Amino acid sequence: MSENVGRIVGINGNLITVKFDKPVTQSEVGYARTGQIALKSEVIRIRGENAELQVFEDTTGLRVGDPVEFSGSLLAVELGPGLLAQVYDGLQNPLPKLAEQCGFFLQRGTYLKALDRATKWAYTPQARKGDEVTAGDTLGTVPEGIFTHRIMVPFRLAGKWQVAETVAAGSYDVDQVVAKLRNERGDEVAVSMVQEWPVKVPIKAYAERLRPTDPLVTKVRIIDTFFPVARGGVYCIPGPFGAGKTVLQQITSKHADVDVVLVAACGERAGEVVETLREFPELTDPRTGKSLMERTLIICNTSSMPVAAREASVYTAVTICEYYRQMGLNVLLLADSTSRWAQALREMSGRLEEIPGEEAFPAYLESVIAAFYERGGVVRLKDGTTGSVTIGGTVSPAGGNFDEPVTQATLKVVGAFHGLNRERSDARRYPAIHPLDSWSKYPGVVDAQQVAQARKTLRQGNEVSQMMKVVGEEGTSIEDFVVYLKSEFLDATYLQQNSFHDVDAATGADRQKYVFAKIHGILTAKVFFPDKDAARKWFLQLTSVTKDWNLVPMDAAEFKQLEQRIDAMLAEVSEHA
Amino acid sequence: MHKVYHRIEQIAGNVITVRADGVMNGELAQVVGTLGTSLAQVIRLEKDKVFLQVFAGSRGIATDGQVRFLGHKMDVSFTEALLGRVFNGSGQPRDNGPTLDENRIAIGGPSVNPAKRIIPRKMVRTGIPMIDVFNSLVESQKLPIFAAAGEPYNELLARIALQAEVDIIILGGMGLKHDDYLQFRDTLEANGALSRSILFIHTAADPTVECQMVPDISLAVAEQFALQNKRVLVLLTDMTSFADALKEIAITMEQIPANRGYPGDLYSQLASRYEKAVDFEGAGSITILAVTTMPGDDVTHPVPDNTGYITEGQFYLRNGRIEPFGSLSRLKQQVNGKTREDHRTVMNTMIQLYASYKETLEKQSMGFRMSAWDNKLLRYGERFEKEMMDLSVNIPLEAALDLGWQIMADCFDPAETGISSKLTEKFWPKATA
Repeated sequence: MSENVGRIVGINGNLITVKFDKPVTQSEVGYARTGQIALKSEVIRIRGENAELQVFEDTTGLRVGDPVEFSGSLLAVELGPGLLAQVYDGLQNPLPKLAEQCGFFLQRGTYLKALDRATKWAYTPQARKGDEVTAGDTLGTVPEGIFTHRIMVPFRLAGKWQVAETVAAGSYDVDQVVAKLRNERGDEVAVSMVQEWPVKVPIKAYAERLRPTDPLVTKVRIIDTFFPVARGGVYCIPGPFGAGKTVLQQITSKHADVDVVLVAACGERAGEVVETLREFPELTDPRTGKSLMERTLIICNTSSMPVAAREASVYTAVTICEYYRQMGLNVLLLADSTSRWAQALREMSGRLEEIPGEEAFPAYLESVIAAFYERGGVVRLKDGTTGSVTIGGTVSPAGGNFDEPVTQATLKVVGAFHGLNRERSDARRYPAIHPLDSWSKYPGVVDAQQVAQARKTLRQGNEVSQMMKVVGEEGTSIEDFVVYLKSEFLDATYLQQNSFHDVDAATGADRQKYVFAKIHGILTAKVFFPDKDAARKWFLQLTSVTKDWNLVPMDAAEFKQLEQRIDAMLAEVSEHA
Repeated sequence: MHKVYHRIEQIAGNVITVRADGVMNGELAQVVGTLGTSLAQVIRLEKDKVFLQVFAGSRGIATDGQVRFLGHKMDVSFTEALLGRVFNGSGQPRDNGPTLDENRIAIGGPSVNPAKRIIPRKMVRTGIPMIDVFNSLVESQKLPIFAAAGEPYNELLARIALQAEVDIIILGGMGLKHDDYLQFRDTLEANGALSRSILFIHTAADPTVECQMVPDISLAVAEQFALQNKRVLVLLTDMTSFADALKEIAITMEQIPANRGYPGDLYSQLASRYEKAVDFEGAGSITILAVTTMPGDDVTHPVPDNTGYITEGQFYLRNGRIEPFGSLSRLKQQVNGKTREDHRTVMNTMIQLYASYKETLEKQSMGFRMSAWDNKLLRYGERFEKEMMDLSVNIPLEAALDLGWQIMADCFDPAETGISSKLTEKFWPKATA
């Protein structure tokens, strides 16, 4: 432990004021001691001879005069093989191991190493003695689950280094020194399989940042077709409670077409994490044929866990994402919910008695949110391969009103907006993404012109439905009425998706292209009906058949049969009939 | 043994300030005033200045009043003898029974390790179709009832408590009217449930600080019973009073308010209570049913709004009925796939049709001609409200599902409901009236 010890002079909630003698660093980690336990905390403000620290634990029992040890290092995470399939809290404590040690409850002041020290990894050196390397270059590899994990030159090393020593291929634990590096000045660094990195600083060991253009297929039709997300893009899902934010995130975490999924449950319900925790090991990843858990990592700082650790948790999560990106992988970070994180900022800001901005959020809220989302992106690594971090954050606006500061600050920096809507969720139209309000700047998987056409139908349908509320059905022309029915048909059969049905829950890109072309055909077909009741009846029937069609696998015989039925139905009412 | 302090520097609201050394954050103290002795808790330390909130309120406390620190945190006695008893917010008896002192346990303990939780699987049957069919209640769920003042929320709470199969009922009353408290007690007693109940009651006339303690004390006791393999149901009414008590203290402590005067940590405060709902791996469970009254019937008010983000759904009580829109049980998917194969379909279809009925009703009120379809919907909506939504309906889940099919068959053709043909073949009643 370091020699730098201060004394507590004030305690206010989870904020402690500490008098110090030796120099302290902003954002440095300190440990407040009471009896046998040491509580992790972080310096957030320094005023005169007092430092103010946010404690990542409950401060009950601390006394004025208790010692605080300053560690000299910033809040950091451990990066190395063995992160995947783990469940961490916001400070990277492995929760299952904590449970083995402490039982049902989270004991404060217990911190465990994030990576398992007993596991042996089959290491294959790649860099040779004498090679010139820079931060982020691969020294060797170990197989981790479904892919090859690169052991890289620590990101903190600046300038050029030469490999002075390497170990032979073999089975080692993570602390084993696998290479020694030397630079021109003669400094020598021993590199093990683990490196630490401060969570609030982006990892920048890449050649250049690229523009995100490849679609990330989530297998949710309304997203991929209408409001697509790109690999390396950032998007947000604001919505009132009960509109299905978390279910949408869970669906995405299961089906998204990426290498690694990181679920950051930030200040949300513990029960939701448990579902992921208990279900994912049982599910198979269709891409690899292995358990879905092997590509998943959970950072879980639920709402009842200490609020300062909640603030840290999103940074812990995005840092781990960046680490896997450095291996040329596509990583998806699902943060649920960024509002809780913003509220954590607000709580600390209030305790610091800073002058509040809108709704008491601190004035720096926007820049903090922007800096976080900017950590997403596609990069070209130094070896020419590309890797990406895609960030999808949910926002829980107070009262479901999108005009509040967190939603607005987020909308400014994201590339796609999936606005969840209370009316749609009340009408059980899931996923409740609003088809008219939402937007995306990324290219999708389906023909853009067809989508534009469908959007037009939705907009017109909405207009007709508004008009019908005023003039009634009898005041609406049959042409307008058919447009309305078409938009309802599109909504019921394509925008809505049954996330609890095996087949309907995930629609691949190919199927989306195929089905959407068919639906586009129906939307643009000229259809004729004797009266409105006949039109409604026909559309209800068509909807029912098309919904059945959604439920059968694409390679089943029934798929063709239902498609033929749809064609036949369309032929009955088309002008050629 | 403990040092006594005699100089109280500041008295503001229910918070007093004394100068003392070596005091723990969260420590309890005894404060003697002219109106009697009260407990107080340390809520802030600033050098040698100690801020205490006095449970019985600061009225009658003199600047030379005695303050004695007790050296321990807030705790409560946990024994089987708690059953059938009534206490106040600081754990003192409210009935005429003896004070309990053995086996003290700390309140407001750490949260459960998510790795030790299990996915809830057991449905709690209530006999209310709007709950069983449409928003099934699940063991270990935390669920509030959102209601405007004047709705029969306490009656609903009591009815669910009596019909649910649980081992222990703990009632935490906050800001209750004295009549309501007596009614709860009498209802429990009349149905023979008092012997498995514990009541922690703060009435509107009691000091505010005690209101703040009620959820913690109730849940601490619940947690101990759950660890002993008991299924515990905790009823909290009314959580808005609890939030108002928090607000009062926060303002007294000169905290910057976030929204309508409520402190910025309202979400975390509510969450740390609600998250005590749990299904332990290898032990019992805690289910929390709470009442959140909505001031002005406004769901965007900070208390119901924050609550909705924390809890696993909510029941809206409006005009004496559980509203199908807005009401939600997030855990229903865990259980309603295992009841009967048509459960989910009936649930979704009936709600969608009811939504269409509401639209039609709107059209009708504006004087538009009703189409054939509109008339069908009108017939359906009326029967749905009368036979399913009414709170007096008390039928088991299976009977409620059959009734749902019957109502649909009486009003529509199978294709009009949009139900897949596989299910209609099996469940659509053959002879329609």
